[in-house]
Amino acid sequence: MSSELLFAVVGALIFTLGVAGTILVANLLRRILAFNLMGSGAFLVLVGLAQRGGESDPVPHAMVLTGIVVAVAATALALALLRKQHEVKDSEEELTEIDDG
Amino acid sequence: MKRAIVIAAALVFGGLLINAIVDLPSSPVNLRIAVADNMAKSGVSHPVTAVLLNFRGYDTLLEIAVLLLALIGLMAAGPMLPPPPNQPADAMLQKLARIATPPVIVVGGYLLWAGAFRPGGAFQAGAVLAAAMVLLHLSGLLSAWNAQLLPLARRVILVGGFVLFLCVSVALLAAGSLLQYPPEQAGLLILLIESGLTLSLAAILAGLFLFLSRDNGGAP
Repeated sequence: MSSELLFAVVGALIFTLGVAGTILVANLLRRILAFNLMGSGAFLVLVGLAQRGGESDPVPHAMVLTGIVVAVAATALALALLRKQHEVKDSEEELTEIDDG
Repeated sequence: MKRAIVIAAALVFGGLLINAIVDLPSSPVNLRIAVADNMAKSGVSHPVTAVLLNFRGYDTLLEIAVLLLALIGLMAAGPMLPPPPNQPADAMLQKLARIATPPVIVVGGYLLWAGAFRPGGAFQAGAVLAAAMVLLHLSGLLSAWNAQLLPLARRVILVGGFVLFLCVSVALLAAGSLLQYPPEQAGLLILLIESGLTLSLAAILAGLFLFLSRDNGGAP
């Protein structure tokens, strides 16, 4: 198996791990990480397949570069929403405790 | 039970995916040759930069818009809890961060310049500058940003790259079609757009961290 095909196959495996993780993991932070793993796998497939036939194709490379930056931004937004959810949940629990007491 | 089903389904899915990749027929369109044929018109000599800023400039324009949108969403989700009490940062860490920052800025500038002819460009330069800002924040030299109290200069830097890129594309639209640079000025236009993008990207990427941080650092 050539090295570019190896990159793509490993990328597919990482993507599959990410898919399984996104479905199986209940913890939202870990689910965000699993979703990121899917992205990393897709990037690896693109970069690997871009090198088929000896010379590398710059178009998939540029797409991956764009994708990485967007993935970082999307992850940060997901983390912000996750933290907001925690805060809302915590303050709701406090309110119920006050009501009960 | 659900676990076993999902794992089995993932194994089948992974197998199919790998099978598809191994048996993938060669692409009917060879973009590498198309890019190589048009490099002379692109204004830069590195193919990835040519694709990012010239041939697929539209993607990059939308990308910076998406980044800005993510940042605005993150600011809107803003912190509810007050920041924890300040902890004094390590003096050694602060010293090292102060020493590291100027070379990092030089590296960022070099990466921006190098993008025209070798791997590099606005995204790498912006990421390096953002990393320097995160380092300064973690060592307590740069306070976290507050979405409610954002100085005008910082707002201008955050949206500047996108607005500059948009202005260039609109100006080119008047001359012909969207983001089609005249070959003589392409290099200059790409450098102009990339400079704006570098500053904006550095501020946006750092903002993704600094708006989320509740740590007020050692700064007042």
